[in-house]
Amino acid sequence: MSTNEIKNLEEIFEAKIARDEKIEPKDWMPEKYRKTHIRQISQHAHSEIVGMLPEGNWITRAPSLRRKVALLAKVQDEAGHGLYLYSACETLGISREELYEQLHSGKAKYSSIFNYPTLTWADIGAIGWLVDGAAIINQVPLCNTSFGPYARAMVRVCKEESFHQRQGYEIMMTLCNGTQEQKDMAQDALNRWWWPSLMMFGPTDEESTHTAQSMKWKLKRKTNDELRQQFIDQTVPQADILGLKIPDDNLKYNNDTGHYDFGEIDWSEFWQVVKGHGKCNKERLNARKNAWENGKWVREAAMAYADKQHQRKTKQTG
Amino acid sequence: MKKNWPLWEVFVRSKNGLEHRHFGSLHAPDAEMAIKNARDVYTRRKEGVSIWVVESKYIKASNPDNNAEMFDPADDKAYRHPTFYDLPDDVEHM
Repeated sequence: MSTNEIKNLEEIFEAKIARDEKIEPKDWMPEKYRKTHIRQISQHAHSEIVGMLPEGNWITRAPSLRRKVALLAKVQDEAGHGLYLYSACETLGISREELYEQLHSGKAKYSSIFNYPTLTWADIGAIGWLVDGAAIINQVPLCNTSFGPYARAMVRVCKEESFHQRQGYEIMMTLCNGTQEQKDMAQDALNRWWWPSLMMFGPTDEESTHTAQSMKWKLKRKTNDELRQQFIDQTVPQADILGLKIPDDNLKYNNDTGHYDFGEIDWSEFWQVVKGHGKCNKERLNARKNAWENGKWVREAAMAYADKQHQRKTKQTG
Repeated sequence: MKKNWPLWEVFVRSKNGLEHRHFGSLHAPDAEMAIKNARDVYTRRKEGVSIWVVESKYIKASNPDNNAEMFDPADDKAYRHPTFYDLPDDVEHM
């Protein structure tokens, strides 16, 4: 194809997205669109998969059967979300093997929030409330993104995600209505998860390199800072109901803007964790790699069994 | 020998009276496992009463690059639609 022809195709393509038409896997798309989507969708899928680890840790120690079935269901949902997203990503012409390889080799990233440890049961409450809360704000706009398979996967993800947040908040409520020790535990979890949750929206708009292009392709509908503000505005009153204090002395409602002003985020911590120096980066990746390697014989046995059944069938009919 | 689980397309009937609809895809070693996995991946909340799976490689798809030639025969056949026919307003039930 000549450069002119490609330019022409690109114009038609961009116009299609501007008209809110969806792009489907077999449609022509610019190489950059394909690559950006592979990067974002796979990162998202990896986050769901690694996201199971900090919580899976607590399934056997859940304080009641009710909490245990809820946490199991939540972790199972996350596996499901990872699978929806991996298969959406594969429609762009990358194999599942390659995607796993990129995660295991460290080439692909996943959300840094999962590199923080879950120290007490209250962390499971705080994760559901804050981390899933932030994830929902990030994800809801993606239900209308331009790439069809991604948008469809996100519709399902978002539908399922709201129970995750509610079960987390319920855990926090129970702790906050409990003994002083339980309330302190809830406060401690909030103290540790608050700032990392704010970082989930990514760097500030000034620092963010992908925003303009992502807006055009509807991978983003609002900027990082706008989404972060939305999260803070809706979470502060929820903390008030719990009777917990958000660990930010500069947090204050601003009557002029109608939003909460908040303190400086420690971006050096954010970049440290992104670069692999968080508390649990190694542990998470190792757990993931072990699961994959230790499950290898099961995958192979299942394949061998399927082959054998197939051979037997063809022999009988043949 | 290294052999990866093949890809399957999953179709789910939400309830009787509705058609099976494409829900997504997954990897599984054989059809039976594909159905079991599809139940766990796509119907955790009673989204279906029936599941079809078909190995993705058996699906032949039309090429969207040829959409113009492929679908233009319908372009100039407005007479296939009821609104093509002019009837006076006082004709009822039609």
